[in-house]
Order: sequence, then C-alpha cells, then structure tokens
Amino acid sequence: MKIQLQELTKSFPGRGRNSSRVTAVKDFNFEIPDGELIGLLGPSGCGKSTTLNMICGLEKPTSGRILFGDKDVTTLPPEKRGVGMVFQNYALYPHLTVRQNIIFPLQNLKGKEKLSKAEMEKRAMDAAALVQIRELMDRKPGELSGGQQQRVAIARALVKLPHVLLLDEPLSNLDARLRLQTREEIRKIQRATKITTVFVTHDQEEAMSISDRIVVMKAGVVQQIGKPQEVYDDPVNLFVAKFLGTPPINVWKGEIRNEKLCIGDAVLLDAPGQKDRAVFVGIRPEGFVLKEDGPLICRLGGVEVMGRDISIVSTHEASLNPTIRSIISTETKVDTASETVRFAVKPAKVFVFDGSSEERIRI
Amino acid sequence: MENRNFKGWLYLLPALLFLGAFLVYPLIDVFVYSFEEGYNSASQTYYGTGMYNYSYVLHDPYFLQALKNTLLLVAVTVPVSTLLALLISVALSSVKPLRKLYQTVYFLPYVTNTLAIGLVFMILFKKTAYTDGLINLVLNFFGGGSVDFIDGPYWAKMLVLCVYTIWVVMPFKILILTSALASVNQTYYNAARVDGTSRFRIFYKITLPMISPTVFYLVITGFIGAFKAYSDAVALFGTNLNAAGMNTIVGYVYDMLYGDSGGYPSYASAAAIILFVIVLTITCINLLVSRKHVHYSK
Repeated sequence: MKIQLQELTKSFPGRGRNSSRVTAVKDFNFEIPDGELIGLLGPSGCGKSTTLNMICGLEKPTSGRILFGDKDVTTLPPEKRGVGMVFQNYALYPHLTVRQNIIFPLQNLKGKEKLSKAEMEKRAMDAAALVQIRELMDRKPGELSGGQQQRVAIARALVKLPHVLLLDEPLSNLDARLRLQTREEIRKIQRATKITTVFVTHDQEEAMSISDRIVVMKAGVVQQIGKPQEVYDDPVNLFVAKFLGTPPINVWKGEIRNEKLCIGDAVLLDAPGQKDRAVFVGIRPEGFVLKEDGPLICRLGGVEVMGRDISIVSTHEASLNPTIRSIISTETKVDTASETVRFAVKPAKVFVFDGSSEERIRI
Repeated sequence: MENRNFKGWLYLLPALLFLGAFLVYPLIDVFVYSFEEGYNSASQTYYGTGMYNYSYVLHDPYFLQALKNTLLLVAVTVPVSTLLALLISVALSSVKPLRKLYQTVYFLPYVTNTLAIGLVFMILFKKTAYTDGLINLVLNFFGGGSVDFIDGPYWAKMLVLCVYTIWVVMPFKILILTSALASVNQTYYNAARVDGTSRFRIFYKITLPMISPTVFYLVITGFIGAFKAYSDAVALFGTNLNAAGMNTIVGYVYDMLYGDSGGYPSYASAAAIILFVIVLTITCINLLVSRKHVHYSK
C-alpha cells in the first residue's frame, strides 16, 4: 500500500517551566511507493522513531496528514490502520509461548474478522514458516536467542497480514554476524510478501544494504531521500556525506581560489565559475589515488591490510578527521618506509560544501 | 575445595549463630514445651509429656472461637484487600493529574498508629444509649436501624474487624503494586495497542501475568499477616477479647501466657505450634498454586 506523509510535524511540550516546545519531526513530506522497503536513517534523537510511531498510530502528529493509499489515517488508532510493528526490544510477552505470542493479535479480532481456532493456528504456522521458526513454537521467548526472538516478533507482526510493516531498530540487539544474516532475511521476507515496509535505523550500512530508498534525517528535518547509491554518490550537504559510508568520508578545510579547489597549497580540482570562499571538502576513502606527483601530501601513519584492499592511515593539518583513511586496491605498492604519502583524487568522489551553510556546491 | 568450603561456613557463622540463638532455638523450644504438660517457666518443671496440651487447646471453646475468627478474617480480608489494592493501583497508574496526592492519601494509613486508627473506627462505628457513630447515622439516613458494631452481634463486630484490617493492610499493597505496575515495560502496551487488544484483555493477559510475582508475594505475606492478627482486634475491642468473642489465635497465645487466664506456657506453645502448622500448610498450597500462575521473567 502506498503511504503518503504530508507536512508531518510532531512537537512535544518542553520539560520544566518556560521551556519551549521541542520539535521532533518537522514538515516531513514523502510518498512511499507500494511495496518498497524504506530505511529511515539518522543519529539518535533525529525524529526517525517518532516518524515511525506516527505512521503506526502510537503518536498523533501535531499537524500534517498521513494517507494509506487514498485513505486518511491521521486520526485512526493503530489497530484500525492495518499495520504490523516490530519493536526494538521485540516486546514479546515473556509469559506466553512463541505460538501464543504469534496468535495473540489474531485473538483480538472481533466481529466479522473473527477467526476459528484452526484458522488462527494455520495463519500462525504460515507466519512462523515464513521466518523459519516452526520448530520453536512451544518455547518461551526467554529460551530463544536474540535472532530467534527477532523472527518471532516479525512473525507476530506479519500474522495479521498487515498492509504496512514497521520495524523500529530491528537489528540493534543482534550481534554483528546475526545482523548481516537477519537483514538479508528481512529483505527476503519483504520481497516475498511485497508489504510496504518502513524501518528505522541509526546504522547507515544496514539502511544502505537493504533499502529501496533511504531517508536521511537530522534534528527532525529530512535531509535527503533517494536510492542508497544515489544518496551516497550525491549527498546534498555535509551532514549526509558524513553520515553515509564506512569508513567515513574524510572532511577537510579548503577554499575555492581563482576557480580552483584547494586544500592548503594543494590544488585538487578546477572549480569553474565559482567565486572565492571557504569550503569543506569531503573525499570518500575510495576517492584517493596514490600518485608520486599527486597534489595532496599527507604524513603517513600506517598501512592496514584488509585482504582485498589496503587502507592507508595518514594525517594532514587541514583534515577535520583526526586521521585520514584511504582505501587503495592491493595492486598498488605503498612505500611504508616513507614519511609522506602523496594522493591525487577521483573527481566523482570529491564533494564540496559551503563553509558556512554546509550545503553542497556542485563544481 | 574442602578448604574453601570451610571458609564459606566461617563467613556464614555470625549469621548462623544469631539465627540459631534467636530463631531456631526458640522454635524448637516452643515445640518441646508444647509436649510438656504443666510446664512452669519459673521453676522449670513439668509433670509429664504427651499430647494433652494439644487436646486441651483443641477442646477449649475460646481457642475454637479464636480459630474461627482468624480463619474468617483471613478468608475475607486477604482476597478483598488484594483485589481492592489491585484496582486502586491500576486506577492510580492510569491517572496523570494529582497522582502524587492520591498516592499520599492512600499511603497515609500505613504511617498511622494502629491504635489511633482503632479509636477512629470505634467512634465511627459506635452506638451508645445516647449517641450514634457516623456509620449508624448513615444507616439511619437510609432507613436502617442502628447496630452496635463494637459491642453488639457477632457479624457486626466481625464486619468492623474485617473492614478495619483491610483498611490497615491496603496502603502497603497499593504501594508495592503501583511500583510493580510502573515497572512493566511500556512497549508491551504499545505492542498490544498496535494489535488492537482490548483494555480488559491487556490487563488480564499482559499486566496481570507481568506483575504476578508481586501479587503472589502480597498474597503470601497477606495470608501470614492475617493469620497473625492480634493488635487490630485489641485496637477495636480492648484487651479482653475472649469476653468480646473476638479473640484471634495469636491473642489466645498471648492470653495463655500473660492474660487474665495467664500462666499456661504449655497451652500457649501448643496453640502457637497449631498456628505454625496452619500457616505452613497454607503457604505450601500457595506455592503449589503459584507454580502454574506466577511468571518469573528471566
């Protein structure tokens, strides 16, 4: 089902006397196409969970509208919206077995929707089969691993056959390996069920890897919406550029001088038609090329071999990151005895941002 | 390994000594007295051993009256006070404004002296030849006749004792239950709301199991506390409880030791052991029942 968020705003009353209201989400506009997997991405406190809760119906927007399909659901309570939600800590009822947990939402159905015992059982088994936990049905949540609990929570959210599936930090309680595996599974389940899915995460890698589209938020304001690769390759401001990518982007203090982009004395690229000003220069780790007469001269800190690539750690006084990390393929030889290392840059991997507004300058 | 064991016991020794001297030894002592006929604590003498003390106590109409009173008190006050406390706690946790005020009001009886409360109850419920208490005035207003609750028919006296006991034990239960309710993670309720769970079902299927260990704790301590009731009866009906027909088992034990009919430590011991056995049995039954209905989270 298509979801439309129109001018969605949520503010909370401030704590204490004379404190002004806190705006958690501001003027969120977005149309989520049917059947897509959307990642809401941002640092803690950026309003992504609040947005999810508003879509779910657990929180009422201060202003703005939410539409599921063509139906305005802004004032509908959660149970009337047809959403399934997976909570960060799963919220499985600890005193009920897996089976009872999954059936729980079905037992709430009333009137025409009411199901017979056999139907409930079948629906629960179908949902369990989807997340491959059929053999765990009689255990209690406390007897399951984190990953298994996660699956039960997803099964419980899916059992009502919701139009919209919402996941709040679904992977944050899992260890690194399980996280990789589970996110693939979430992707697979989403593809199989074709349910429009919105999930919240602060982990950019997670969002990038499985989302059809990501929404990057900061302090309640949407920064950029787009396909993961597009956002990565074409960030609109410094925040988005810094937030996406591991290792993170290298940010430098630079300037545009005589239509050239410079860091200190090093001239990196041409900047035709740009007036002189102070800028931030962001260079992706993979944007560096080792070159003997490269313009950028850094002090070599060390070389880390990572198998497929090597990572060169260096420092430079104009860099805002304490160390500069550049990723070079292993075919290139690095003289580790040398004190300095010289780089040229790949123009597509270099982003320039205004020194005060931090907005992107396209050169 | 042996050495470590020894050290462990050594660390436990102070506690064990105190427990042994002040808890285990007296318990065994009472048990022994209960079989010694006509034990005299002054001369440390007795004239025989056997089951006579038990036989005497179990045939003593005063004891039977006390036993009946106590059982009635337990049967009425434990369920009623627990249910009421649960109801009030749930109500308290669902109101936002003035919650602190309500909590204070409900907690006040706990910090008030039992005897002072007893005095107030006496004034509320009393009826003399000249005046009626507030309760009787209310009864009169609704067309009922006055009842002497303090010195009248048995059911009236029992009613006052039950109301009084419930009123006294509730604050503690409310306090404990409110904090138990507050500790239930809000996301469970959110999850239930998303699934469209009705309020009653949320309470019955989620809240109650989540706080079941606390409820169970209150039921067990409630049973034990009610079985040991004594001061409540004294506060309402004075020290001569046998005459009022409102004695409790603990009251009977006290009377046998020190009361007007005092000086019978053997009978007192036998009565105390009988009470002990009753409480132990009830607690065991509680534990058995709880296995099925109490959910301890890991």
